[in-house]
Amino acid sequence: MSSLPLAVRDCSTMLRRNLLHARRYPSLTLNLLLTPVMLLLLFVYIFGDVMSAGMGGGGADRSEYIAYVVPGILLMTIGSTVIGAAVSVATDMSEGIVARFRTMAIHRGSVLIGHVVGSVLQSVASVVLVGAVAVAIGFRSKDATALEWLAAFGLLALFALALTWIAVGMGMASPNAEAASNSAMPLILLPLISSAFTPIAAMPGWFQPIARYQPFTPAIETLRGLLLGTEIGNNGWIAIAWCVGLAVLGYRWSASKFGQDTK
Amino acid sequence: MTTPAIAARGLRKSYGDKTVLDGIDLAVPAGTVFSLLGPNGAGKTTAVKILSTLVTADAGELHVAGHDLAADPQAVRAAIGVTGQFSAVDGLITGEENMLLMADLHHLSRREGRRVTGELLERFDLVEASKKPAATYSGGMRRRLDIAMTLVGGPRVIFLDEPTTGLDPRSRHTMWQIIRELVTGGVTVFLTTQYLEEADQLADRIAVLHGGRIAAEGSAGELKRLVPGGHVRLRFTDPAAYRSAALALPGTTRDDEALSLQVPSDGSQRDLRSVLDRLDSAGVEADELTVHTPDLDDVFFALTGGAAIPHQPKENAR
Repeated sequence: MSSLPLAVRDCSTMLRRNLLHARRYPSLTLNLLLTPVMLLLLFVYIFGDVMSAGMGGGGADRSEYIAYVVPGILLMTIGSTVIGAAVSVATDMSEGIVARFRTMAIHRGSVLIGHVVGSVLQSVASVVLVGAVAVAIGFRSKDATALEWLAAFGLLALFALALTWIAVGMGMASPNAEAASNSAMPLILLPLISSAFTPIAAMPGWFQPIARYQPFTPAIETLRGLLLGTEIGNNGWIAIAWCVGLAVLGYRWSASKFGQDTK
Repeated sequence: MTTPAIAARGLRKSYGDKTVLDGIDLAVPAGTVFSLLGPNGAGKTTAVKILSTLVTADAGELHVAGHDLAADPQAVRAAIGVTGQFSAVDGLITGEENMLLMADLHHLSRREGRRVTGELLERFDLVEASKKPAATYSGGMRRRLDIAMTLVGGPRVIFLDEPTTGLDPRSRHTMWQIIRELVTGGVTVFLTTQYLEEADQLADRIAVLHGGRIAAEGSAGELKRLVPGGHVRLRFTDPAAYRSAALALPGTTRDDEALSLQVPSDGSQRDLRSVLDRLDSAGVEADELTVHTPDLDDVFFALTGGAAIPHQPKENAR
């Protein structure tokens, strides 16, 4: 019964609703944006000298460390922004309005798709804002071509999509907003144990495989390669595999939760 | 056509080993108000959730608006409107935005959406508040917005789950008026309530839900006839007068401590006169006389094992 145009219409209606929420109550989004910006400034201006001293056999200056840390910060921005998706999904599910949606003849997936598209758009906007701060304090790409910029953007968007679906699943599985915010915490903590702030080689040997193959590191290394011309190697494929895997997993998880009976 | 708007045969639902609905049969003719009455936890909300496609039944043949619930839930959804026990409005956006959201989800054109929204906001006295976030509304306003949103798609069957719970008397009467108007428009209303008066006021047919089963079903009048209990109650302050009255009126139930007598009566004028005549001829005068006709409370308590609930007879007329 729900033909494609109607499904698209329902999804865009739900998206409008979520964007309206975000526009009217920007405090959650702004709070989540604060974390990556604070960390960027903290690592560059407070720890910057120590951090850069440990890099490239010492002697690296602050601008080199800015270049090193920004790709990780951008991906962390996504991890942080999608916590908002987990919280707003959990809040939504505890409200009567979603029960109403379920009793209406609308596209079944539109409620979640609206959340996901809204969150991806917010992530992209947040990445642009944090990127602007990075450029303001001296970040510059090294000879990145238009195609590489495009690929970088594509990677960020895909990464945002993957993490958003996971966050939506977490939101669906949480009884309330606080629980959702807690269970989504790893999404902002994972970058701390990736190659975002320090090279993997500087970590204890037993920990290196964990740091190397968790979802953030391959994405960070790929982004570095695209923007700064470092070696990408097989990180690109690993990053894409992670994104697709997480997106499918999160989608399946959310959809099955949404399909369950209400209590 | 006499296809009922809502039909259920052998509806069952249990959560774990707790049976909530234990084989329920219902048939609600189109254009009528059907009330499901029951104490808290009787399974009223579960019944609404099942019939409105939110929860799947364990067993039962269920049809709403002519569509099979199991086979074509989406067709059922297209025909129904639901106002749940907890308000189903989006508190973060304004009343008007809530209405326009519904219009969009019913795939109305922009112009049609604006028209319907304007009309309903007007009808439910929400025009003034329409630009404020719904979270700032009072309980009565939220409930009105809730019903207005339910009406956007022009549903033929409306489920109202305890629509007046928590409302002040004025808002309750407003809600009753709204429900009566809906039925005048040909809509079928499935109403759950724990207020007997509400069912009495609104419903064409009432089913009392108890222990997962329908304990009784019928019109308010039919249900009231199920229980005895019509009587005249006479109270005295003078023990001597009380004793002589008891002698003059054989067949009464005596309450020696309270000095009161219960005389079985159908409450008719003729019956009352005969009681009074007998008191006159015995030369006694009661200090207080009340006529008690059975109401739904009596039915309710009689059917749902009211022994546990303090029975407080309501004196209807003086």
